[in-house]
Amino acid sequence: MSVSWLDPWHRLLGWLPFEWAGYEFMRLALLAVLLISPLLGALGTVVVANRMAFFSEAVGHAAFTGIALGVVFGLANPMWSMIGFALLLTLAITWVRRRGGLSSDTAIGLVMAFTVSLGIVILSAGGDFARYTKFLIGDMLGITAGDVAWLGVLALVVLALFFIFFNRLLLACVSPSLAGSRWRHPGAAELFFSAMLAVVVTLSLPWIGLLVINALLILPAAAARNLARGTTSFFVWAVLLSLVAGVIGLVVSFYASTATGATIVLAAMGIYLLTLLGRRGVFVS
Amino acid sequence: MKSSGTDPLRQRNLPEEVPAHHGIAPHSCGECCTTLRDIGVRYHGVPVLEEINLHLHCGELTAVIGENGAGKTTLIRCLLGEIPHQGEVHFLDAAHRRPDSPVIGYVPQHLSFDRESPVRVVDLFAAALSSRPACLGVSSAVRAQALEGLSRTGAEHLARRLLGTLSGGELQRVLLGLALTPVPNLLVLDEPVSGVDHRGREKFYALLSQLRREYDLAVLLVSHDLATLSRFADRLVFLDRRVVCEGTPSQVLQDPRVRQAFSLESPL
Repeated sequence: MSVSWLDPWHRLLGWLPFEWAGYEFMRLALLAVLLISPLLGALGTVVVANRMAFFSEAVGHAAFTGIALGVVFGLANPMWSMIGFALLLTLAITWVRRRGGLSSDTAIGLVMAFTVSLGIVILSAGGDFARYTKFLIGDMLGITAGDVAWLGVLALVVLALFFIFFNRLLLACVSPSLAGSRWRHPGAAELFFSAMLAVVVTLSLPWIGLLVINALLILPAAAARNLARGTTSFFVWAVLLSLVAGVIGLVVSFYASTATGATIVLAAMGIYLLTLLGRRGVFVS
Repeated sequence: MKSSGTDPLRQRNLPEEVPAHHGIAPHSCGECCTTLRDIGVRYHGVPVLEEINLHLHCGELTAVIGENGAGKTTLIRCLLGEIPHQGEVHFLDAAHRRPDSPVIGYVPQHLSFDRESPVRVVDLFAAALSSRPACLGVSSAVRAQALEGLSRTGAEHLARRLLGTLSGGELQRVLLGLALTPVPNLLVLDEPVSGVDHRGREKFYALLSQLRREYDLAVLLVSHDLATLSRFADRLVFLDRRVVCEGTPSQVLQDPRVRQAFSLESPL
């Protein structure tokens, strides 16, 4: 039941002498991890530098309401309502922040509490909330070849846009006015990045899990920051550490029969702690 | 100090197309000008700036002074095109053309960045000067441009340092070097030395004053550091929602409204 475009990938992994590499679901999951983790690692560098961790957390949690709206509107696949709602939320939070009436974390906290409650209320109305718990912890091993293809397209588009906007975002994070004196519409770049982040978080969520996805944005970048000596090495380390954590987490979850998303996060946490020790000079004088 | 005549970047400010009959000396054209005409800003219906009319000439350091809330930073945000305003801002270069996108060098008051962020000085230049994403490496051309910009403020040795490790004075030199790359039509500084000690302020203003002459810069500086500024500025503008008075430092410092606002007892 292999899909033709994946045949080379299956053949390649067939050479690996590991038990897990013999299963098709693991090969697909590995491909998904190789696509999602560098993407989250790369976006995470800007999330950490721009202090957007709480924002991405809120976007992930808002997926509840997105799913609920999908149910209300009778959509077969709640993904579209999740993306739509995540984008709406991005606009709402940005609007509240720009109006300046509330501090950023208060605004986000408020919106997050509302969306999570609304989602839970709607989804629990029929008494079968358990159906949706797969979104909470993620189901990496249930990913299909079609899903992986979509993730591939997403990764390419998002990375291209990320590179286009990177300099504006970097400058805006140092000083918004300075960015304004150099680039046209740096505010638009920030809004665009927030929207892009919302889409990536939402689309990765069914595989990683709503409860832990934010950690995969934050941890590799936080670990990379402990090692980096400049913007380039920050980016390279974040992508690399994210990949390593993703692969280790996936393989460990196979043998330990644990939820993949959460296991990847624990691997990332382990890496973060190692970099912290490295930074404190335990490994290098 | 190296001769500004050999600086290729400088040439964009003093275009070769300047007609010969203008007889403009290459280092003091006296022709380019930024004009603010009837600038007005309102927040929620309350006027913050009213009827601001100013001419900023090249080679001239204009300092805008005023108390907190006088509209100084708002004026800068108008110049940067950050906020909607009434009135017009015109840039006129030495050839009496109006450049579509005048180069404004800007030195911000505060940096909002996380001091733990691993951003090197040269990364900051790359982000401002190049469309190649700084996370994919800095090209040698941009690196050279950054070093040249930093050398203008004597800060080339800071190129590889992380922003978060710089002292207040070092950061201001870096930001000034960045604002001068490429040499701008107008250099705007917002409280550039807040948080820098007296000696650091003196050095910074002296450097700015020297650069203004060397590159024939039009400089607009916002500050409430009246005592030091009055020695370095060519012109002072006392702002309190509108231009209360303007002129040479000695003229403005005689004005009773300025003396009252800054609690000046006896003439300086």
